[in-house]
Amino acid sequence: MDTFDGYRRPDGRVGVRNHVAVLPTSVAASPVADRVADDGGRWARATPHQMGTSQPDAGRERTREVLAGIGANPNVGAALVVELGTEDIEADDVADDIARSGKPVETLTIREAGGTAGALDAGAETLADLWAEVGSQTREEADASELVFAVECGGSDATSGIAANPALGDASDRLVDAGGAVCISETPEFIGAEHVAAERCADEETRERLLDRVDRRERLADLMGVDMRGAQPSPGNQEGGLTTIEEKSLGALAKCGTRPIRHVVDYGEAIPVGGGVSVMDSPGYDVESVVGKVAGGAQVVAFTTGRGSTTGNPIAPVIKVTGNPRTAERLAANVDVDASTVIDGEPLGEAGERIYRTLLAVAGGAETAAEARRLEEFAINERQPRELAAEGS
Amino acid sequence: MKGEVLDGTALVMAPEDNVATALEDLDAGDRLADADPPVTVAEEVPFGHKVALVDIDAGDPVRKYGEVIGEATEPIAAGEWVHTHNCESRRGRGDRAAEAADGPGRGESA
Repeated sequence: MDTFDGYRRPDGRVGVRNHVAVLPTSVAASPVADRVADDGGRWARATPHQMGTSQPDAGRERTREVLAGIGANPNVGAALVVELGTEDIEADDVADDIARSGKPVETLTIREAGGTAGALDAGAETLADLWAEVGSQTREEADASELVFAVECGGSDATSGIAANPALGDASDRLVDAGGAVCISETPEFIGAEHVAAERCADEETRERLLDRVDRRERLADLMGVDMRGAQPSPGNQEGGLTTIEEKSLGALAKCGTRPIRHVVDYGEAIPVGGGVSVMDSPGYDVESVVGKVAGGAQVVAFTTGRGSTTGNPIAPVIKVTGNPRTAERLAANVDVDASTVIDGEPLGEAGERIYRTLLAVAGGAETAAEARRLEEFAINERQPRELAAEGS
Repeated sequence: MKGEVLDGTALVMAPEDNVATALEDLDAGDRLADADPPVTVAEEVPFGHKVALVDIDAGDPVRKYGEVIGEATEPIAAGEWVHTHNCESRRGRGDRAAEAADGPGRGESA
């Protein structure tokens, strides 16, 4: 049986980290959240972002849901929600959602605390109290089936499709076979590979949902008169040898393995645990895409990169995998698993096994390169007016 | 690795592919003797980029992973570099949709 040691939460889910999250409801509260977490300790994590003020209703709702999802992620032991006090998203609402997972949660209003200075003092005090509540929690044995594993790729090149993603796909299959869940996102990167993904769907409903989401993203590009060739593959992808979106998509899809696709969920929506492979409908921007999956409950992320990416996440550890021997050398300190060995003849199954073992080790507490360097990018996808209009039409 | 490695320097992902991916920087004159028929590389093909294994006509599909990844925009001879200068996507072409909507052929799908 494949196991790891994690933090069992009141709602039964298992965290791989024991963070106290400091969640600002808006861009205005983000600097305070950042400072409070910085002064807090290595277990404190802020999620500063640009959203939360003057958003249309649907956009604001997404921001609120993502923040609540991040707070409810089992890697979070306790949460502090920070607001300026003039936002459309109220800290109390976000806190109420998080509290439903049974964990301690507090709020802080900058205006009522006497401005930023007062808020920093009050925030430090609250954070210390929250840590006193959850800091002594210890790890206990958990089954691999309790893991939700997010797979992501960024800075892709031709090696992503031939080495890193197939190796990660092998690890994804291993986790699904052990009863766990894998989630892939970035809908634009299904364009040109949707027929391959559709064949893997477990039932007709999932298949139709998936094809509909891909079609919607492509129509959105059409609606805007965009020649997708300029952005997909990106100029960097093109330098790395990727010529078309079809080629990029076929390579990208490999990272979620070969097991049946059972669910299609919205951006930030809860990812079914123990449910095999899920697809999250998200944009093709990796930081926002990772955040959507962490808001959906993913505890660990694996991120393949060809040309190089150093990005991490404040709440979930991000395992970096590369299939490019030059990147493995140049970014050695940012890479956790070198899968470029596949190009020299290492069997895919062996590289996949190495990634799977790394996943279990990281779930059990082993630090990733991004964590060691405190790389914690955070961004919430904004629902664009055009996107909302297209949905309405 | 899935697929077949030609002469240790180029990877063919599926038997029906008409391009191979360079596993190192290829130079003009390099031979892919393992290919059937054998191919002489016609120009520099950087690591990770594609080289044509057979002659491909303009408009013909370019195949990798056993799937169509785009179409040739001009005739490509075996051994030539295949990339954005001579191969383009068939998908996500909002520019074509916009042209079709503005132009005389309005109503036609792009």
